[in-house]
Amino acid sequence: MKNELFPWLILFLPLFAAAAITLFTLRNRCVSACLSVGAVVAGFILSVLFIHANGWHPEVTETSPVSWLSIGDLQIDFGLKMDSLSMMMLLIVTGVGGLIHIYSIGYMHDDPGYSRFFACLSLFTFSMLGIVLANNFISMFIFWELVGVSSYLLIGFWFEKPSAGDAAKKAFIVNRLGDFGFLLGILMVWGILGSLNFAVLHDRLGADAGALGTMATIAGLLVFCGAVGKSAQFPLHVWLPDAMEGPTPVSALIHAATMVAAGVYMLCRVFFLLNADALHVIAYIGGFTALLAALIAVQQDDIKRIIAYSTLSQLGYMTMAVGLEGPTPAMFHLTTHAFFKALLFLSAGSVIIGLHHEQDIWKMGNLRKKMPITFWTFLVGALALSGVWPLSGFFSKDSILAQALAQHNYLLFGVGVFIAALTTFYTFRLFFIVFLGKERSETASHAHESPVVMTAPLLILAVFSLIGGVIGIEGIYHHMFAGEPEEAAGFAQSLIAPFTHSPLAASMGILAVIVGFAAAFALYSKAAKDPLPAKLGGLATAMKNRFYFDELYELTVIRLHDFIAAVMDWIDRWLVEGFCIGFVRGGTDLAGRGLRLVQSGNLQFYAFVFVLGVAVLLYVVLK
Amino acid sequence: MELADILFYVFAAATLLCGLLVIANPFSRNPVTSAMCLVLTIISMAGLFVLLHAFFLAAVQVLVYAGAVIVLFLFVIMLLDLKAEERRRIRVFGVVTGLVAVGSILGLFLRSLGTTPLNGPATPSIEGDTAALGKLLFSQYVLPFEVVSVLLLVAMIGVILLSKKNLD
Amino acid sequence: MHVGLEHYLTVSFLLFALGLLGVIMRRNLLVIYMSLELMLNAANLAMVAFSRFNDKLDGQVLVFFIITVAAAEVAVGLALIVALYRRRQSAHVEDLTSMNR
Repeated sequence: MKNELFPWLILFLPLFAAAAITLFTLRNRCVSACLSVGAVVAGFILSVLFIHANGWHPEVTETSPVSWLSIGDLQIDFGLKMDSLSMMMLLIVTGVGGLIHIYSIGYMHDDPGYSRFFACLSLFTFSMLGIVLANNFISMFIFWELVGVSSYLLIGFWFEKPSAGDAAKKAFIVNRLGDFGFLLGILMVWGILGSLNFAVLHDRLGADAGALGTMATIAGLLVFCGAVGKSAQFPLHVWLPDAMEGPTPVSALIHAATMVAAGVYMLCRVFFLLNADALHVIAYIGGFTALLAALIAVQQDDIKRIIAYSTLSQLGYMTMAVGLEGPTPAMFHLTTHAFFKALLFLSAGSVIIGLHHEQDIWKMGNLRKKMPITFWTFLVGALALSGVWPLSGFFSKDSILAQALAQHNYLLFGVGVFIAALTTFYTFRLFFIVFLGKERSETASHAHESPVVMTAPLLILAVFSLIGGVIGIEGIYHHMFAGEPEEAAGFAQSLIAPFTHSPLAASMGILAVIVGFAAAFALYSKAAKDPLPAKLGGLATAMKNRFYFDELYELTVIRLHDFIAAVMDWIDRWLVEGFCIGFVRGGTDLAGRGLRLVQSGNLQFYAFVFVLGVAVLLYVVLK
Repeated sequence: MELADILFYVFAAATLLCGLLVIANPFSRNPVTSAMCLVLTIISMAGLFVLLHAFFLAAVQVLVYAGAVIVLFLFVIMLLDLKAEERRRIRVFGVVTGLVAVGSILGLFLRSLGTTPLNGPATPSIEGDTAALGKLLFSQYVLPFEVVSVLLLVAMIGVILLSKKNLD
Repeated sequence: MHVGLEHYLTVSFLLFALGLLGVIMRRNLLVIYMSLELMLNAANLAMVAFSRFNDKLDGQVLVFFIITVAAAEVAVGLALIVALYRRRQSAHVEDLTSMNR
């Protein structure tokens, strides 16, 4: 592999930036921003150079390993895996991440914690790159946890707000639940197969497909638990909407483009470990999550929450694709999703800044005139998300629907189509309320466009959302997972490829878009307030209240946890402290009092004790 | 029964009786009475020494003990002008501990007496007269002799120091 | 019956026991001291008896020294008692203890 040093540099430059900022330049805003942005952009350039030198499918896909841990049978080498999957992810993380770093210079301009923000962003970039480049389960798990820590630091960035601190804790704790299952799965895999290195595991399972034996399903599902936590699938989906307490660039980077995608990435990386039963479960959980999230999104009023639930829904789509034995569609959708979701979040951030931190969509309106660039880029993002041809979202969503058909899973196909309609519906609901119509509040009428440092990344992301479907991303993934390259197609051919390969999926997708758009137009294009609650009544209320999942968890899990904590407190206070320590204390006290009686001050008593002592001594001697 | 044996019993009885009177006189609790009984005890013991052919020691016993030590006791009693103490109630604790102590040693004594053989010539031949004792004292035990004289000097100095009144 | 070593030792022991009883039971300082002298005398008797019945004079030499030391000890002890009496105005053992319950 040529330029072997590059992956190491790409990985560690953000860490150096984070360390340097934390230790040295916290007071110097400009230098901190330059360090952080520089590290990410350098990473992107190095990635491009590396791919240019080695091509997308190099022979050797791992850098020479550094022996890190060697205990008995366990040998963990720390190496960097550079196959096409990780190379694509590198480009996404450094590319989209770089754009978001640049955007943050404008967004966080007035914030007192400016340098700290960039340090945390760099730490996150380092951790995410670690996950992407890891070549064995252990280093992936370490970076997995590091990503969780970075997410905690960034969600709770405005820590003076209690809600932000609570959201950060919620995210971390819920993630830990998933990671617990993940760790069990890793241990199981290691116990049965004897290695943690992905390449070694791949070869072992390739040679003997039944190597995991009866535990195959359980091992696969436990490993999936990690994805459930990190990618916010049901039932651990509750942390993602609360994570919107963090600044918008954080939401864009972590909770749209990269960190939540890590779960899907991990599933694709260890796809060979998952057997048919596990994949079945994965598909249905993904589908259910997607449906649930889409329904909730229909009735949310906070611009960031709507996009957050949209992310949840799309993550469900990706998981569903993995479960339908389609890692290629899943990764393809992950890539395009990174583009348009980051775009949507950054546009939303632009709107929020323009309206002086207003996030309620019912206080916005007619921003088309006031913020034209944001308007057009948001439109591109919305069209891509809905899956309108020929934007990137259409191609990736269609590949997932086609996969469902190929697996003859008509239930999930129907669910996917319905969700596509819902997606279009709530996306354009948002679009109509925020950008069209009349101003709904004072702040809306005083809105202004954002500075260039924020709109330039928007434009770049919009371009990629437009063309992302036809620049060959799918081909690269197909080569990686299926083993042989796709037939090279011309540009025009790739534009209409979905219609030729699986016409049913493509047409149903287009139909769903049209239905959703029509419904949104009818209901919201001229609405002053939300008409759905009147039409749907109780269902609308449930959707607005997120189907009461948080309340359910509070009642069951949290109360149980508090109860256990109270019991432990009682044990500690009364048993350990009262009984055991009291025992020792009382015993010593009694012994002391008893022994004091010997010192009576009575001369004759002392003489008596002398005599007794002498008698004992003589008795022993004379025996 | 020889005369020696009869005399032994007489002197032994006298010693023990007077010893008893020293510690527990039912008629008088005056310390002077105790001192007098102690004199009698010592004189009886001198008799016992004579019966053991330790003539020099018998004389020394009477001279030093009865003549000097008891007189010293009496001096101090007179100096402190101790009256006969009132009968305080008998402390059971004291009696009990005393009896226990004595009992334990009694047991030991009886046991060792029963088990240990007391050998020796049937008819002892050594006479403890002055010349023999003096020869032994000044040849083999001359160092302890000198040390004891120093001890006496130290005791004298100590006594003088202790009985000084505080010069305030 | 012929008087032997055991008889002398028994007398010595009984005298010692009497002295011990006096030390533990009596409460007048001087009487306690006199009982102490009784115990010393008992030891002297035993020494002389052993010396006689083992045909050695060393026991008697030791008794000589014991008497000397006893005399010195009595002198010093009585001086102490006098000094104590001057302090506490009492020669009663119960009054002299300062570690009261």
